[in-house]
Amino acid sequence: MKFAVIVFPGSNCDVDMYHAIADELGEEASYVRFDETSLEGFDAVLLPGGFSYGDYLRSGAIARFAPIMKEVIKAAEAGKPVLGVCNGFQILLEAGLLPGAMKRNDRLKFMCRPVELIVENNQTLFTNGYEKNEVITVPIAHGEGNYYCDEKTLKELEESNRIAFRYQSNPNGSVADIAGITNKEGNVLGMMPHPERAVDRLLGSNDGLKLFKSILHNWREAYVTQA
Amino acid sequence: MSLKLEPNSEQIKTEKLYTQMGLSDEEFALVESILGRTPNYTETGLFSVMWSEHCSYKNSKPVLKKFPVSGERVLQGPGEGAGIVDIGDNQAVVFKIESHNHPSAIEPYQGAATGVGGIIRDVFSMGARPIALLNSLRFGELASPKVKYLFEEVVAGIAGYGNCIGIPTVGGEVQFDASYEGNPLVNAMCVGLIDHDDIQKGLAAGAGNSVMYVGASTGRDGIHGATFASEELTDESEKDRPAVQVGDPFMEKLLLEACLELVKCDALVGIQDMGAAGLTSSSAEMASKAGMGIEMNLDEVPQRESGMTPYEMMLSESQERMLVVVKKGREDEVKEIFDRWGLLSKVVGKVTEDKTLRLLHKGEVVAEVPVDALAEDAPVYHQPSKVPAYYLENQEKEAVVPEVTNYKEMLLTLLSQPTIASKEWVFDQYDYMVRTNTVVAPGSDAAVVRVRGTNKALAMTTDCNSRYIYLDPLEGGKIAVAEAARNIVCSGGEPLAITDCLNFGSPEKPEIFWQLEKATDGMSEACSILSTPVIGGNVSLYNETNGGAVYPTPVVGMVGLVHETEHITTQVFKEEGDLVYVIGETKEEFGGSELQKVIDGTYSGKAPSIDMEVEAKRQKQLLSAIQNGLVASAHDVSEGGLSVAAAESLIGTGLGAMLTTSGNKTAALFSETQSRFLVSVKRANKEKFEQLVDATLIGEVTAEPVLTIVNEENENVLQATVEELTSAWKGAIPCLVKSKA
Amino acid sequence: MYKVKVYVTLKESVLDPQGNAVKNSLHSLSYNEVEEVRIGKYMELTIGGSTENVEKRIEEMCERLLANTVIEDYRYEIEEVVSQ
Repeated sequence: MKFAVIVFPGSNCDVDMYHAIADELGEEASYVRFDETSLEGFDAVLLPGGFSYGDYLRSGAIARFAPIMKEVIKAAEAGKPVLGVCNGFQILLEAGLLPGAMKRNDRLKFMCRPVELIVENNQTLFTNGYEKNEVITVPIAHGEGNYYCDEKTLKELEESNRIAFRYQSNPNGSVADIAGITNKEGNVLGMMPHPERAVDRLLGSNDGLKLFKSILHNWREAYVTQA
Repeated sequence: MSLKLEPNSEQIKTEKLYTQMGLSDEEFALVESILGRTPNYTETGLFSVMWSEHCSYKNSKPVLKKFPVSGERVLQGPGEGAGIVDIGDNQAVVFKIESHNHPSAIEPYQGAATGVGGIIRDVFSMGARPIALLNSLRFGELASPKVKYLFEEVVAGIAGYGNCIGIPTVGGEVQFDASYEGNPLVNAMCVGLIDHDDIQKGLAAGAGNSVMYVGASTGRDGIHGATFASEELTDESEKDRPAVQVGDPFMEKLLLEACLELVKCDALVGIQDMGAAGLTSSSAEMASKAGMGIEMNLDEVPQRESGMTPYEMMLSESQERMLVVVKKGREDEVKEIFDRWGLLSKVVGKVTEDKTLRLLHKGEVVAEVPVDALAEDAPVYHQPSKVPAYYLENQEKEAVVPEVTNYKEMLLTLLSQPTIASKEWVFDQYDYMVRTNTVVAPGSDAAVVRVRGTNKALAMTTDCNSRYIYLDPLEGGKIAVAEAARNIVCSGGEPLAITDCLNFGSPEKPEIFWQLEKATDGMSEACSILSTPVIGGNVSLYNETNGGAVYPTPVVGMVGLVHETEHITTQVFKEEGDLVYVIGETKEEFGGSELQKVIDGTYSGKAPSIDMEVEAKRQKQLLSAIQNGLVASAHDVSEGGLSVAAAESLIGTGLGAMLTTSGNKTAALFSETQSRFLVSVKRANKEKFEQLVDATLIGEVTAEPVLTIVNEENENVLQATVEELTSAWKGAIPCLVKSKA
Repeated sequence: MYKVKVYVTLKESVLDPQGNAVKNSLHSLSYNEVEEVRIGKYMELTIGGSTENVEKRIEEMCERLLANTVIEDYRYEIEEVVSQ
C-alpha cells in the first residue's frame, strides 16, 4: 500500500508520519510537497501535524489553499482514506472536508502529554483493529485543539456514529470530549491526538499502530475482493 | 524622504559619542591607532559591537583559556557556531548553550523565543540537523506578579518557538532564588546530529567567491543588542524595548530545511548565522577565520524598512538570517534551493584578499576596517580579583545541623519548594515528543533521545546549583559539572563533553571576577577528571539589576552517549521487592541546601565538598552496572537530600519503599552531600551488583504506596503516603502561578 | 486606492476563553466595571488597482480566508484613499 505524506511549509510531524508507515507498518510512504498537483498512484493520504504557514491567521487556514489540497479533496471524494492529525485535522476542517472548527485550548496553553482515548466507533476503516470502547494511550501536542461545532452538527455526528475517538478526560475543552471525527462516508478521519507518535513501545506506547494497521487491513480486504 | 544626519568623526570624538555605544576612551583611542584615523559613525558602530563582551569575550578570555577543550572524540572545539563530538558510525553530535538573559528581562516572550531561535541556527549552521532543545532558567522567588509574569512568558516563548519549528524541548531546569528577581536567566541549548562529511565551517575562503545573504530581510530591530547584553540592567532598561528582536519560527523552519539542503551542495564554501551583531559579526568573523576580507554592497541587503543607514543595517539583529559564501559562478544553484523554500537569497558581496571589511552604500565606501581588528584584536582585560568578605565569613562558620522536629512535614515542605517541585506545568507546554525519538521525557535525571536507524541514544542535561557556587565557587564549579555527569550516568549514558554558559555579574567588580575565576577553575578540574572537555559555550556578564549581581551561575550543558538503547535507565522504582541502595556516604552538609533555605531563608556556611576522584570512580562503577543490566533505576541525590530523591523515585509508580537510615536523622534525610546515588536492583542481581559497586543496602521497594523510613533501632522516622508526596510535589508550581500576590 | 479595515471576532455564541482571562485580569486590577471582553483580530488591507466590486471582493476574502465563519464573525470598513 502506498501512502502520501503531504508536506506544507511548516509541517513538522511529516517525518514522524513517514517513519510510522515505512518503519513500523512496513508499507511504502512518500513525501508530497504542498505545491505538487497530483496524488496519482497513492492509496491513502496523510496530512501530518505541525505549524503549516506558522499557524498564522488560523491553524490550517492558509494551507487549505495550497495547490495539493485540490488533489486531497479529489482523493477524499474518490473514497481513498484521508487522515489528518493535529494540524492536518485543522486543515481538513478549514477545507470543509470535516465539519466544525478548532479553537484555542480552554486553558489557553499549549499542552503536550499522553492522554487516554476511548474508541467510540470501531467500524471505520481507521479503527477496525480496535475493540469498541477500548481505551488507548496516544499523545496530544497542541495549542488549538478545542473542537467546536454547533448543536445541530453535534447531533448529526452522534447520530451517524461519526465520532471515532473521545477523550477519557477532556484536556482542551472540546465539545462532547471529541478527539476525532470522520466524514459521512467514513473515509476521512481528523483527530488531534498523534497516533504516529505511538507506534513504538520504546517511546511509551504503540497503541497508535493499530490505526495504521486498520487502514492497511481495510485496503487489503478491498483489494482482494476486487481481484 | 528625510535623511538622517549622522554625527561626523569629529563629533564622535569630541562629544565622546562612542561611550554611548559602549566603547571606553582607551578603546576608542585603540581604534584610532588601528585605523590611523578617526572612525566614522558606521565604523565606530562596528567596533562597539564587535568589542562588546558578548562578541569579544574581552573580560572572560583569560578564564576561558583554562578549560580543557580537546579529547579524542572532539571534532570541533570552541570557536565555531557549536562544538562537535564523534559518536561513532561516521556520526557526530553537535551542541551549544547560549544566554538570552537581557532581552528576556525586557520582553520575556520574544527574548526567550529568539534565544531558542539563535541557538538552533548555531547548530544547523554547522550542517547538523537539530534534534533536541534544552534550557536552564532562573527567576526570582515565585511570589511577585512581576516574577510570575516573567516565568509564564519565558516558558511560553520557549514553547512558542520550539513547538512551531518542530524540535522537541526535552529537558532543562528551573530554579528560583531572590538574586534573580530583576535579572532572570534564560539559557537555551540545542543538540544536533551530523554525518562527519557534512560538517561546515564559517569560513569566507577563496578570493572572488560570492557572499550571499539568505533568510529574512533586515529591519531596525535589535540594533545594539550585543552591546545591550553587555551592560547592567537598570530601571531605564525597560524603555529600551525596541532593542528586542521578534522571532519568526515559521521562517526559521524554512531556513533550517533550506540550509540542510544547501549543506549537501558542493557550491557552498562557508556558512554562519547572523546572530549577535548581525551582519557585522558574521562577515568579519568569517573573513578573519579564513584570513581573507569581504566587500559588501549594502544596497543589495534585503531591507524590511525604508531609508536604513549602513550603521543600522550592519548592527541590526533581525532574526532568521544567514550569511553564506558560495563558489563564484554557482550562485544560481544556491538561489534555486532558497527559492524552493520561498526564501530570499541575494549576492551582497565578495571575498577579497585584503583582509578588510569594506562596505559600499549608494556608490560610496562607508566603512573600511581590517577584519582581524574587529574579530580578533579586541582588547583583553585581566580584571582584578578579590576574595569577597562574605566568602571568608562563611568559611569561618561552624557547620550546624538545622533543627527539624517533624520529618514528614519537612519532606512535604521541601517537595513543594518551587526549585524541587515537579516542573510538569512547564514541560507540558513544550512539545517534547515531536520527531518521535524522545525515549526519556522531561522530569527524569537526563532526557534521552534515540538516534534513529542505530541502537544508540543520546542523554542530555543542563545543571547548575548556583547556591553552592555562591558560597564556594571552586567546589560549586566542580559540583555543577559532576552533577551533570551524574545525571547522564543515571540515564545510562557515558558523559562525552560539555557546553557552558557563564552567567555572572559585572566582571569589573573584583569580587565578581573572583567568582568567575574560581568557578571556572573548579569546572576545569572536574572536566579534566571526568574526561568531558568543554566544546563551546557562551559568556553572559553584567547580570545585575540596580547594583545587585545574580548568584554566579555557570550552567553546564552535557551530552552523553548511550551505547545501546537497552541501557536506558530512569529514576523511578520499577517493581515490588527490588532492593534499594545508596552509593556514597552521607555527611552533615547543609550550606546552600534547600533545607537551609526553608529554615533560615538564606544560605550560609560551607558548600558541600566534593572529591572528584571519588566522584569519577562511583560514576564508572554505576555506569558499568547499568551497562551490565544490573540496575532497575538510578537517581542522583541532589537538592533536598536522600528523602527527596526517594520520594521522586516513587511518584507515579504506584509503589512504596521501606528504607532504613543511620546516623543523624536530619542529615540522613536532608543533607546535600555530593557524589551520591539512589539505586534499585532486582533481587536476582544482588550479588553481581554488590561485586561491581560500593553501595549500601538501605531497604526495598514495597507494593503498598507508602514511603517509610526507620532508623537502625527500627523506630519510625518518617512515614508518608505516596499520594501525599505526589500532591505536595505536583501541586506546588501550578498553585504558586495561580495565586494572587 | 482603498484602505480596508477588517475586524474578526468569535461569534457571540462561542466561548472566548482568552477574553475571559483578560476580563478576570482586569477585575484583579479592580476594573470591576468590565462586564465582558471579546478578543479578535484586526487586519488592514491596502487595495490598489481595479476599483470595481471592492465590497464584493472583500466580502469574498472574509468568507474564504480571513474569517472562519463556523466560529467567527467579521465586519469591515472601506475607506477610499486619495493619492496625491
